[in-house]
Amino acid sequence: MNATARDPVICNDWHPVAGCIDLPIGRVHSTVLLDTPIAVARRDEQTYLVWLDPEHRCRHHMPLDAAIIGPTLPATLRYGHLWTSIDEPRHPLFSLPEADEAGRRPCHPGSIGVHTGGLRAIENFLDLAHFPFVHTGILGAEPYTEVLDYTVTINDANEVVATECRFVQPQAALNATGAAEIHYIYRVPRPYTAILYKTCPLQPERFDVIALFVQPVTETRCIAHQWICILDSSSSEAALRQFQLTIFGQDKPILENHREKRLPLDPRAEMPVRADATSSAYRRWLAGLGVRYGTISASQQ
Amino acid sequence: MIRLYDYPMSGNCYKVRPLAAFLGIELALIPVDFYPGRAHRDAAFLAINPLGQIPVLEDGDLRLRDAQAILVYLAAKYDGTRTWYPSHPETMGKIGMWLAFAERITATASAARLHDAMQYDFDIERCRAEAHAALQILDEHLWFAEAGGAAWIATNDHPTIADIACFPYIMLSEEGGISREDYPAIRRWTDRVKGIKGFITMPGIFPR
Ligand SMILES: N[C@@H](CCC(=O)N[C@@H](CS)C(=O)NCC(=O)O)C(=O)O
Ligand SMILES: [Fe+2]
Repeated sequence: MNATARDPVICNDWHPVAGCIDLPIGRVHSTVLLDTPIAVARRDEQTYLVWLDPEHRCRHHMPLDAAIIGPTLPATLRYGHLWTSIDEPRHPLFSLPEADEAGRRPCHPGSIGVHTGGLRAIENFLDLAHFPFVHTGILGAEPYTEVLDYTVTINDANEVVATECRFVQPQAALNATGAAEIHYIYRVPRPYTAILYKTCPLQPERFDVIALFVQPVTETRCIAHQWICILDSSSSEAALRQFQLTIFGQDKPILENHREKRLPLDPRAEMPVRADATSSAYRRWLAGLGVRYGTISASQQ
Repeated sequence: MIRLYDYPMSGNCYKVRPLAAFLGIELALIPVDFYPGRAHRDAAFLAINPLGQIPVLEDGDLRLRDAQAILVYLAAKYDGTRTWYPSHPETMGKIGMWLAFAERITATASAARLHDAMQYDFDIERCRAEAHAALQILDEHLWFAEAGGAAWIATNDHPTIADIACFPYIMLSEEGGISREDYPAIRRWTDRVKGIKGFITMPGIFPR
C-alpha cells in the first residue's frame, strides 16, 4: 500500500479488473488492484459490483451472496471490461469512439497475468522494433527490420500519440492474405492504457483497433486485458482470440525477462538499448504526470 | 487429414505439433477457445472428450485424448524408422515411465502457470514446491544420463517422445514463477531439444 499511498494519479484513475466474458452472472471474481484485494461480480444482466475484500474472503468463482459484499467501489462497464477505481476517479474514462462505430466487431481475446510491472507491458506494446524478432512471420520478418521515422506528439487531451508509423508485416491480421506495408497510429490515453490503430487488410483505407488495458496488480505484477474492435466479420471468435493470444504469448517471456520490473523514468536509464521515440516520450510523459506506481525515478536508482 | 483440437498457448497441445513436424505429418488444427471462452467445457466439446481437456486427435475413425497417448500413436504409426518410440521392451518401459512423469509436470508446473497467467484458483505455493521437486528428479536423472553418455531422457543417441512430452511445461515454468536456475542438466537438455532438426516453437518458447 505504501506505493499506492504515494501516487494519487494512479489511485484516482480508472482501471480494468475483468473482461465481461470472465464474469458469469452470480459468480465472484476475485482479483487484486494496486495491491488491494477486491472482488467483482455480475449480479444480473445490467448490474456489476466491485467491492473491497481486504481479508481475501472471496474465492474465485464462489456464488455471489449478499453477506460477502464489502464496501463497494465505483464500477463502469465499457470496452468489454469492468473498470473501477480504488479512490475517487478525477475524470471520466478515456474515449474510444471506434467502439461505437457500426460494422466493427468487438472481441476480448483474454486477460493474461504477467510477472512484470504494467508500464513495461504498455511500453512493449508501443514498440515497433521487436516485431521481426519476437513475432517472426506474423507482425514482422527479416529483412524488413528497420523502423522508419515517425512522429510523436502530445495531443490536446494530453495523450501520447505516435503517427506515420509503417511496418511491412507478413500476417498483419487473421484476415490478411499476404505481406503488406501496414500503417500504425498509437495512442496512450492513460498511463496503463494504450490503443493502436493499424491498416485493416481488407479495407486499407480504414483502421483496425487493438487496445491493451493493463490492470496493475502490484508494482511488479499485472494482468494484461486485450480488447480489439476490428473490421473482420468472417473469422470465428475462437480464431480471432487465438491470433491475438498467440502474439501476446510471444511477448510474455520478453516482458518477464526484465530484471527491473518497474519502469525507470530517468532518461539516462536503459536508453542506449532502447532508443525509441515513443518509449522516450512515454517515459517523459509519465514523469510529467507525476506517476510513481510501477516506476523508478532518478532518485531511487 | 489428421485433426488436432488445439489451443496455441497450451503446452499439452504443443507436444503434438513438434512430433508431427519431425515426422512430416500435416495437421489440421481445430481451434478450441480454451480461455477465455471455456469452450472445452461446452456440451459440444464434452461429446468429443468427456474429460473436457485438450488436446484431442482424430485420425480417420480413431479419436484419442491425452497428449502422451497421441505421441505414442503418432510415433508408432508414422515413424518408419521407429526412433521416436523404439520397439525395444526396456526402452518402451522407460518411455512409459517418463510419459507418466510428464503428467506430473503438467499437474504442478502447468498448474502454476494457469494460476499466474489465467487466474486459476490453485494453491500456488504447493504447485511451485511440487514442480521444483519434479524438476529436481529430472535434473538428477539427466545429470547421470549425461555422465553415462546419454543425451536424452530415455535413450542415448536419438530423442524420443519422452523428451517431447517433458519439454513444454519445463520451458514454460518461469510463467508460473518457477525458475530453472538450479537445474543445469535440464538447461543443457532443453538446449538439445531446441537443436533437433525441424524443431518448432510455441508462444512463450523461443528457438535456440
Ligand atoms: N492428460 C492430458 C491433460 C491435458 C490437459 O491438462 N489439458 C489442459 C489444457 S493444456 C486442459 O484441457 N485443461 C482443462 C481441464 O483440465 O479442465 C494430456 O496430457 O493431454
Ligand atoms: Fe509484441
